[in-house]
Order: sequence, then C-alpha cells, then structure tokens
Amino acid sequence: MTDPTPALRLEDIVKTFPGVRALDGVSFSVMPGEVHALMGENGAGKSTLMKVLGGILQPNEGRIIINEEPAVMSGPLDAKAKGIVFIHQELSLADELSVAENIYLGELPRKRFGLVDWPRLEEKTNAILGKLKVGFDARTRVGDLSIANQQMVEIARALTVDAKAVIFDEPTASLTDAEKVVLFDVIADLRAHGVGIIYISHRMEEIFKITDRISVLRDGQYRGTLNTAETNEEEVTQLMIGRKLDLSRNASHHELGDVALEVRNLSCGRLYHDVSFEVRRGEVLGFYGLVGAGRTEIAETLFGLRTPSAGQIRLDGQETRITSPADAIGKGISLVPEDRKTQGLVLGMNCRDNMTLPQVDDLTAGPFVADGAEIAIFDQYRDRLDIRTPGWKQQVGNLSGGNQQKIVIGKWLSMHPNVLIVDEPTRGIDVGSKSEIHKLVRDLAAQGYAVIVISSEMPEVLHVSDRIVAMYSGRIIRTFTSEEVTEDNLIQAISGIGEKVA
Amino acid sequence: MSEMTRQQIGGLLARQGILVAFALFMIGFALANQRFIDPDNILGVIRSSAILGVMALGVTFVVISGNLDLSVGSMMSFSTIVVLDLHDKIGPALAIPAMFAMTLCLGAFIGFLVGYLKLNSLIVTLGMLSAIHGLTLTYSGGKNMDIADKEGTWFSIFGQGEALGIPVPILLFAALAAVLGIALAKTPFGRKVYAVGGNGTAATFSGIKRARVVFSCYVLSALCVAIAGLIQASRSLGSQNTVGQGMELEVLAAVILGGASLLGGSGTIFKTVIGVLILGFIQNGLLLVGLQFYVQYVVTWVIIILAVWLDIAAKRGKLWSPIA
Repeated sequence: MTDPTPALRLEDIVKTFPGVRALDGVSFSVMPGEVHALMGENGAGKSTLMKVLGGILQPNEGRIIINEEPAVMSGPLDAKAKGIVFIHQELSLADELSVAENIYLGELPRKRFGLVDWPRLEEKTNAILGKLKVGFDARTRVGDLSIANQQMVEIARALTVDAKAVIFDEPTASLTDAEKVVLFDVIADLRAHGVGIIYISHRMEEIFKITDRISVLRDGQYRGTLNTAETNEEEVTQLMIGRKLDLSRNASHHELGDVALEVRNLSCGRLYHDVSFEVRRGEVLGFYGLVGAGRTEIAETLFGLRTPSAGQIRLDGQETRITSPADAIGKGISLVPEDRKTQGLVLGMNCRDNMTLPQVDDLTAGPFVADGAEIAIFDQYRDRLDIRTPGWKQQVGNLSGGNQQKIVIGKWLSMHPNVLIVDEPTRGIDVGSKSEIHKLVRDLAAQGYAVIVISSEMPEVLHVSDRIVAMYSGRIIRTFTSEEVTEDNLIQAISGIGEKVA
Repeated sequence: MSEMTRQQIGGLLARQGILVAFALFMIGFALANQRFIDPDNILGVIRSSAILGVMALGVTFVVISGNLDLSVGSMMSFSTIVVLDLHDKIGPALAIPAMFAMTLCLGAFIGFLVGYLKLNSLIVTLGMLSAIHGLTLTYSGGKNMDIADKEGTWFSIFGQGEALGIPVPILLFAALAAVLGIALAKTPFGRKVYAVGGNGTAATFSGIKRARVVFSCYVLSALCVAIAGLIQASRSLGSQNTVGQGMELEVLAAVILGGASLLGGSGTIFKTVIGVLILGFIQNGLLLVGLQFYVQYVVTWVIIILAVWLDIAAKRGKLWSPIA
C-alpha cells in the first residue's frame, strides 16, 4: 500500500447501553484500497459498531477519524456526506421506480420550474452503471431486477458520493455463485480506485478469497487483526470463539433402528420429481443441493404444507397422507423451518409460549393453559439445549440468533417426534452456536430419533450426516454413504455434471 | 434534564403512558368542574360506556388476531332493531335467542370471508358496515322500532335494572370483561389468537388452524355486539335504525387507546377496558366544561392521534421523529 494514511480509523470506541458494554475499546483502521473483513459471533458488537459508524448511535468514548480528520456523524445522511457508505443486507429500494430514480432519489437533477431533467439523469446514471458493467440500464424498473442486480443499484448509489469507505454487510446472503463473482469484481474495482472496504460476513470461504486483513471482535472487545494471507480458518475461528471448532466427519457408531419414514416416487408438479428415500431411527439423512433444487419443498410436503402430485409416503411402514401441518404433527413429524424469524417464531411472544405453541391445546388444566406444565417443558429444554435467556418471560425477539434457533428446536423436540426435519439449522448463526447445534443433531440421532437435515453448507452436511442425498433441479442424483462421499463427487452431483446414478 | 431521568420518564411512558394520560385528564377535568368526580356522575359515565365497552371487548380479539372489524356499529343497530321488533311478535323470551342467532350468523359470515376466503378484513367489514345497514333498513322498512307496552315488559331489566345498587349494563360489561379477559390470557384459544396476529406464518408452521382462529374471533365479536344490542334495546325500548352509527370508530379508538397494535399480536382486555373508560370520561368531561356535544366527534379523533403519537414517541424515545 503506497498511501500510509488510513481511509478510516477507529480509536478506542466505547458504547454502553444500560447494563451492557456493547463496545469496549474497539480500534482498527482501514487503508485506502484495502478490503478489511470484520468478523465476530452474533452479539460480538459488529452491528453496534456499524451503527456508530453510520451515525445512528453516538459512541460514549473514542474517536472516528476519516482521512486524518476527527469526524462526528450526526446521522445516516451526515455519514454518507462524509464518505461512509453502507451496502446493507436488506435492500432499501423503491420497487416501482426506475434504476436512475432510485440512485438519485432526493437529489434528482432539475430543469426550470423544478421539473426533473430526465436526459441528464439518465446520462449520469448510465455513466455509473457503465463502470459497474451491469446488464441493465437507467430506465429499468427496480422491481424487475434480481436481488443481485438490486444490490448493484445500491452499490451504484454508493458511488454517487465520493466514498472514502464502503461497508458491505453480509452482501452475499442471497446471491448465487455467478452473482457473487460479479459482486467480487465490483469490490475489486472499488479497491483499485482507492476506496477502503469493510466486509462483514460469516462465510470463511469468501473472507479468504477477497480480503486483505481480518479484524475480529468478541464480546464487544477488539481481539486483533490478522493478515489474511498469513492466517487460516482455524486461527480466525479460535480468535472469534476462544476455542477450536470440530468439523470432522461424524457417522453413527450406534446400531440403526427401523425405517421411520419411507418416501417412494414422490413428485410435486415442477418442484421435484420421482423422489425416493428412507430414514431409519438413529440416523441423520442429509439433503444437499443448490437453492431451488427442491429440498425445502420436499420437507414442506412431508409437513403437510404442499400436496404431492404422485407417489407414496410411509410412516413406520404404513402408507399415509399428510393433509396439514396439524396432521403432520399428529403423525409425529416435526419441521424446524428454514427461516426462524418468519416461519419458526412469533418474535413478540415470550420464550415459553413460543416453545409450547404446537401443543398448547394439550397442556391444559380444565379450560386453561397449565402454567406449571408449560414452565416445566421450557425449563427442561432450556437445560437440555443450553438456551441462554434471563427467563421464560423474555421476548424471543431479544435473543441472539443461536438461542432463537434453539428455542425452535426445543419447540419441536418437546413434541417427541418420530421424524425430525431440520431445514438450514445454522443459517445466520455464529460459529460457536453452530457447533453446538451440530452436536445436538448428532446426539438426537444417538438417542434414536430419525433426523433429516437440509443444508446449503457442505461442511455442515458432511459433518452431521450418516448418508447424504444429493439433489439437482428437483431430482435425486445420488444418495451417498459417509464412506463414499467426498467434496468433489458431492459438488459434481449437485451441479448436475456428476454420474447419473438414479 | 439529565439523560437518565429522560430515559426513566420515557420508560414509564412506554409502559404506563395511557394510565398517566388518563390520570392527567381526570385531574384537569376535576379541577375545572367539581361535578366531574361526583360518584353519580362516575357511575353514569361507566353505565353509558358499557355498550361501547362490550363491543370493544370483542373487537379486541379481532384486532389482536391481526384484523379489523368496522362492521360492529351497524351490526349493533341491526341487533337492536331485530330484538325490538321480535319482542312484540314472539315475546322477549324467544326474541332474545332469535336475535343472538341472527347476529352470530352475520359474524360467522364475516369470519368465513376473512378466515376461509382470505379476503382483506378492512374491505370485508367496511362493506359489511354498509350492507348490514341496508339489511336493517330493509327489515324495518326504514321506520323506528318501538315496544308497544313499555311499562309491562321485563325486557327492560338489561338496560335499566340494578343489582346491589349497580346498574345491570355495568355488571354485564364487568362480567363479560372478566370472562373474556381470562379467555384471552389463560386459554389455548387466547394463546393462538396472539400467535396468529403476531406471526401468522409461524402459527401455520406450528400446526395452528389460522382460519378457524380468525373465524372464531369474528363470531366472538358478533356475540359481544348482540349483547350490546340487547342492552341498547332494553335501555331505550325503542330505537332508530342508526343507533350504532359511527360506533365502529369509537370502538376502534378505545382498543387503540388501550394500546393494542393494529398490526396484531399485542393488547389485552384490561387495557381495552381502560381505553373505553378514558374515552367515556373525556367525552363526559368535555360536556361538563360546557362544550357542545358535536365537538366530541372532533375530540375523539384528536385523542386517537394523541394516543398513537405518545405510543410511538415512547417507543422511539423522542417526540419529534419525522420520516427520514
């Protein structure tokens, strides 16, 4: 790096909330033309730090220095004016407006009488879009764009100001692999123009691919900065969680029981076709494939949310039809859904009520819900799953992602299911909670549950599964045993280029 | 003001804002006019709030389940007219159950449209407001309805009777509030109402039959309307077709004043009762300080806006927070 002046420097930032020191003396600097990863478990203080940078929160102590000048950010607009730009995970675009209007919203070029100067607007917009090499133009309606392209619009908007530092918050969360490549190109381009970049992500692969340095937060404290080229995943993880993470293969050593669920030639319109598999008690069956391969749709069919167009489902050898979630629950099937916030939990409800929701009709004393029985269930699963919450009265929305996920798992374990389906068990969860949940899944199998795990993360599937079903485009390409499977043949199978063993 | 004190006041407002505002209003009115805190006046206000209150209890369920009910005003007119008409035709003992059955049918119809056909509750109940008004006018031929023998009927007991020195409407309101309050807070059904309104998708994924819960809330709301109509008819023993006109908004005002969120998932029966009383006492206080009755329409609206504003201000921790 030729320029020794940091684009952005944080000095001993402290932010306290009543009873909590959310940030406890955080310092690091981002050089111009550097991609700087910021990592930490959920709750480590990343979001708070970003809010301080964005002027949404004011620090109690410490200084923010932009280009050697101390800066006080009074709000999001002020932060943007000072060259700090955010690309958020959740996009903030107006779907019905054009790309150009979105990019220059609030500062549209004007003609006489205050009318919008459309030719100039388009010209300015297309100039920026040209730099990004995107496949759409200024007039395109934003609602018609893919998520990845919408993100490009956000980035274009960031480029309209003289950005000193651009902060990407989990930018690849909803992107396909091809779209990621485009994003990384753009980031490389920004860096070539001397912009400092803070890149927040849980995904180690990406971090090691595109960043120069990695700064780690833990419990609100700065834990150090590593040069990406001189470190490895283990060292970063250890810095983040303070211990080592076990990701070894983990096939069952115990005897498997009877077949709990058998699916024969199941089809559902265009979503998936001619799918057959079975799960035994004591076994973890992994489902791996790209988003849209039909995995979640199979789970939803088994849980009564979709009606299959052909095929059979057998539970304990008996052929059955599953007509609704209530019916599935009655037949001993539990589903820990893909998205805990929209599907798994009522965020405004307390922990106990969320956990007992599926069985609230059965937990009664006379006409009333039996408080004692509910609390007993909550206490039991809080202890068993090591859920950290001040008490059952705590609103679920206030818990960390890992603890929220454990509430969902507890909710379904307390139903004593015959078949437990877990869809993306660790999405958006920090590394520490991840390994706890992996261990939990293994323990459940050892206790005799039949478990189906659907995941988009290969290390996860390899780690927890006894057998792995590889899906591509609505079909099962192959079912691997844990001895057969390798990363290579699994990738080939889910990309549709592998051997076609039906 | 120091940061800490401001936070404490903010916290107090967030939790008890409605009660604080209520207390301030009461003190203000009491200073302006001594009659305001006269026991007779207080009892009178509660009695005249009872009809509105009974309706608000049912609407609380609908709102917590994430829907609206704007049909309760015209439905109450319907119940009142029907029971008064049938009183002379088949006698009060049969008229009352017949009126209840018809009102519940209306509620079930709305519940079917919103719950099972998944139609938007605002559109459905706004349409029903008008449709039921038309139904009432068709039924009555547009004429006022009166009981022939007003002195000789026991039917007046629900609106005019007293037990232990307390007017029957207040007793009915209190008893219904107690029963429904417990039902909402303590039964599986109540729990499911909160779940459906708080996050409908998660409720489905928990095996809750959402349509049935929504349907039940509207039937419950209609039951409350029928009771309100009974009190209304019994109190006046005669009625215009428009007796409940505009009450849907007052009911909604009371529920929101109590702090239930229009997005669903929050609110309690106790808070709604407080909301009803605040509305009643404020309207009464304005009359006592000498304002025209018609001013109430304006004031009710102002109160709703103030309540919503204070609620949001308390949550955000500041009064002035424009859309940014």
